[in-house]
Formats: sequence, C-alpha cells, structure tokens
Amino acid sequence: MKEVKAIMAGVVLMIPVSQGEQVSVGQEVIILESMKMAIPIESSEKGEVSEIRVAVGDFVNEGDVLMVLK
Amino acid sequence: MSSIQLLLQVLQQRKQKLEAGGKKQYHEKLAFQNKLFVRKRLELLFDNGEYDEDGRFANCLDDDLPADGVVTATGRINGQTVCVMANDSTVKAGSWGARTVEKIIRIQETAERIKVPLLYLVDSAGARITDQLEMFPNRRGAGRIFYNQVKLSGMIPQICLLFGPSAAGGAYIPAFCDLVIMVDQNASMYLGSPRMAEKVIGEKVSLEEMGGARMHCTISGCGDVLASNEEEAINLAKQYLSYFPSNYQEKPSITAGKNPKEGLQLEKIIPPNQNIPFNMYHCIDSLIDMGSFFEIKRLFAAELITGLARIDGKVVGIIANQPKVKGGVLFVDSADKGARFITLCDAFNIPLLFLADVPGFMIGTKVEKAGIIRHGAKFIAAMSSATVPKISVIIRKAYGAGLYAMAGPAFEPDCCVALPTAQIAVMGPEAAVNAVYSNKINEIKDQNEKLAFMVEKQKEYQEAIDIYKLAAELIIDDIVSPHELRSFLVSRFEMYETKEMTFSSRKHPVYPV
Repeated sequence: MKEVKAIMAGVVLMIPVSQGEQVSVGQEVIILESMKMAIPIESSEKGEVSEIRVAVGDFVNEGDVLMVLK
Repeated sequence: MSSIQLLLQVLQQRKQKLEAGGKKQYHEKLAFQNKLFVRKRLELLFDNGEYDEDGRFANCLDDDLPADGVVTATGRINGQTVCVMANDSTVKAGSWGARTVEKIIRIQETAERIKVPLLYLVDSAGARITDQLEMFPNRRGAGRIFYNQVKLSGMIPQICLLFGPSAAGGAYIPAFCDLVIMVDQNASMYLGSPRMAEKVIGEKVSLEEMGGARMHCTISGCGDVLASNEEEAINLAKQYLSYFPSNYQEKPSITAGKNPKEGLQLEKIIPPNQNIPFNMYHCIDSLIDMGSFFEIKRLFAAELITGLARIDGKVVGIIANQPKVKGGVLFVDSADKGARFITLCDAFNIPLLFLADVPGFMIGTKVEKAGIIRHGAKFIAAMSSATVPKISVIIRKAYGAGLYAMAGPAFEPDCCVALPTAQIAVMGPEAAVNAVYSNKINEIKDQNEKLAFMVEKQKEYQEAIDIYKLAAELIIDDIVSPHELRSFLVSRFEMYETKEMTFSSRKHPVYPV
C-alpha cells in the first residue's frame, strides 16, 4: 500500500484519475489549487488506485493522505 | 651495503608500509563496500595523481596506525593548488586519535596560510574513545577542527566528500563545509547511530533512514549533491572547484564562452497564463553556456533552483523559482536554501542572477508554526547584504515578499528588469479582488452577476499593475524581450564587473536564523 500525500496545503481542484485505475511513476494524480497556482501532485510509485480520500473542493494540509495505491 | 644505503632502504620500506594503510582484511572490506582506498581517492583527485604529504610518520612507532589514519596533502586540481585531509578507514575505521586530530588542524592552518581551498574526504567512525583525553577536550583537540572550519568559512572554499560515516562530533565536519557531496548507500551523517537511538530513546530505525545520503540530500538539506559512486563524487568536486577562486580575495576564472543549448526559446517556454506551471530548467538552459550548470541541492526544496553556471564563459550564481514544483512558492526549506546559496556566492565574488516567477511565501498554519517568517527573513537578509553584482529578472510574476526575496528594486540590485509577460504586485489579481471587495462580493446574490463583477475588477487590477506602468514609474529598469535576455545579461554582467561596495559598517548583523 502506497500513499499519495499533499506536498503543500491547498484545495483539491481536479482528480484526473479514478478508483481502480493503473497509474505510473510521475503521473499527475491530483491537482491542487494553492496560492492561486495549479499544483500538480505526481505519483512517486506505480500501482492501482485503491482509495481516493478527498473530493474536489476539499481543503487539504501538507502531508495529508490524498489517495492510496496498491 | 654502506650505512647510508641501509638507512635509505629502511626509510623506503617504512614509507611503503605506511602507504599500504591498514591490514589486508580491511582492504577487502573496502572492496566489498564499493569503496576505494584513501590513496587511490587522492590519486584520482589530484592532477597526475601527485601530491605532497605532511606528517606521514604520525604514530609510526605503532605498527597498527599507519599515518594515524589520516592522509593530509597538498596538490593541484585543474592546475589550482588545494589542501586535502582524507581519512583512511582501513586504519581503526578511520577513527581520530591525538595525531590524527593534530594533522587535520595543521592542514587547516596550511590552507589558511597559503589561502587555498580545503577538501575533507571523510570516512571515519569518529573519536577513538581509548584516546579521548588526548584528542577530545584539549586546546588542540577535535573541537579546534570545527573552530578552524568556522574561521575559514568564506575565506577559502571548504568542500566535504562523504564516502562513509561521519558520526557524532565528526558529523560537524560536513556541516561547516560550503558543499557536501555524499555517496549514495555508503555516506551517512548522524549524531547518534541507530544502535544508540534504540538504547537511549527507544527508536528502531535503519541507518539509511537515520542518516543516509539520500535522506540528507532530499529531506534534511545537510547534503548538497548525491553521487552514485566515489569516482563520480571526486569528479563533481573537481567540477565544483572550477567555478571558484582560491580564496575570497580573488575572482573566479573565465573560460571560453559557449552557446546555450539549442532549440529552446524563452517565448515558447513561458505560458502567458500566470497560474500554469512551466519548467524553469528550460529557461535556465536557454540563458547559460551549454552544459555549464552545476546545481546545488537539486533534490532538496525543489521549488527553488540554485546553481552555478557560466554565461559567455563567466561564472554566475543562479537563484530561480521553479513553478513546476509547489507552484514556485517559497517555503521554510527553500528560504534556507536560497539564503545559503547567496552567502556562498557573495563570499567568493560570484555575481548573482535572480529569475523570478514567484507567487510569494507560503501561508497557512503549517508553515507559520514552522517559522516561515524568520526563515524568509534569513533569505531576504542574505540577499540584501550580498555586495556582488546582482541582476533580478522578473520572468513572469513576483508577488508580495517574493519580489523582495528575489532581489526586487528596493534591495539594490544593479538592475531589475522584466520580460513583457511579467506582473509585479502585492498579490495576484484573484487574491487582490477577493481581499479588496470581499463585502461587495458577498452582497451580490446572483452568481452570474457576482462572476461578472469579479472579472471586471480583476481586469481593472491587471491594468493597474501593467508592466509598462511600472516601467513608466522607473520601478523596473527595463522591459527586455525574451530572445534578447541572454545578450542583455552578458553585457550587464560585464558592465558591473568593477562594482565595489560596502554594505554596512558594524561588527556583524544580528542574523535572523
């Protein structure tokens, strides 16, 4: 189980992947909006999206788990 | 055989024995760990593998302690004289006895007297506990090594190549150096080993997690460059040195200029939409001589890029926001990274180039608790007090204190110029409209009407911060077209070469830390 964490505080702007989808290293899996910038969060691992813990519009703090891969 | 021949023979034999280092089993261990013997390291480091050694007979009456576990030498790298201290981990695991410490102190004194860079090739288990009275607490004990490092800092370049452990007190050698190159898997730094941590605080952790090279180069920031093996580490050190003068009284050498990497056009790299990320490395590559970028702390706080480069053969230090990482926003670690790099360049007469695309310093509870204000102050203080030529280029945006940190107009850059894409303001249009008109926006009930109102106000705001308005007010010195930026920088850096200034008269500032 690998966790994708928020690299900085912000609001979830877009979730370009869905549950069950295969993701690769470096793929953008969540896009946050923070400081008026689009902040892409890339997966550092390869795997299948098993759980998405946030929804568009949610505030997340740095270090929060956004998604779990297996 | 005459008596003199006999003496010479004895001398030769003793030298050979010393130069062979510790016992065979320890050499085998080195090979197993993918490490090189200390003398092989020195051979690779110095031009033609030649060096002059001091104190080689240290502790020679003890058969088990050749050179007392450290080689101290002076030689040339790319023709430039440098001093080196190098631990020999085949001798009591490179641990420090009284003569080891004395030799290190003496090579520091030599480097100070002849004003040349000093390299520390570290691979040591730390103090020899059995010898502690002779090497730990005394006037010329281990503490003096660190005292000297602090004194030499900014006077001569000090570089650490970490090949193995630097444990407990020994971990301060890299900490006081300008640059720390760590060899992946082998190098480590820690105050307490994992074994000690388990005994004393109950934490169970691997050596790699506790103080491995990758951890220090990505998370703690104690390491600057991660090398995959020893040869690479040695080559990186040589390359780094080529950007530096021998000491603070000299200037970096000039080489023949080269064209930038082909196929990069600034106007195509920078998206006009302020909120969309782009890769600042492409922007840097389009400005500097091809292949000349030596990046420092690439893996640490990647939202700010710091590195040495050449523009038309002349050395510059580049500080650039990276919009591709965390939007280029400045954080606690990036503020530290910037401050440290500016101090390094300023100490050794390396001009600074700021490439700004910064939404500001990060806000929120997380960073306030981490002291973002005092860390930001550190960055701004280092940038303010740098007296080398400073050029600030606003690539796309500079909002809030981000403008200040990136050598904005108030901080005496020799010039602050903008690309036509640039926006300079206290904050971006969306944030500003929300801040100024928040009551009004809340009052409007109809969503379409609300949106229309915000778009209109944002447009007004954009007009108010129009880059030509700032140029008209002489806030920025020029608006440069992207394809002319490199030639602009070449001519400006040449113009500012004779700059001399004293920032302030006092003993020293009260540093924000």
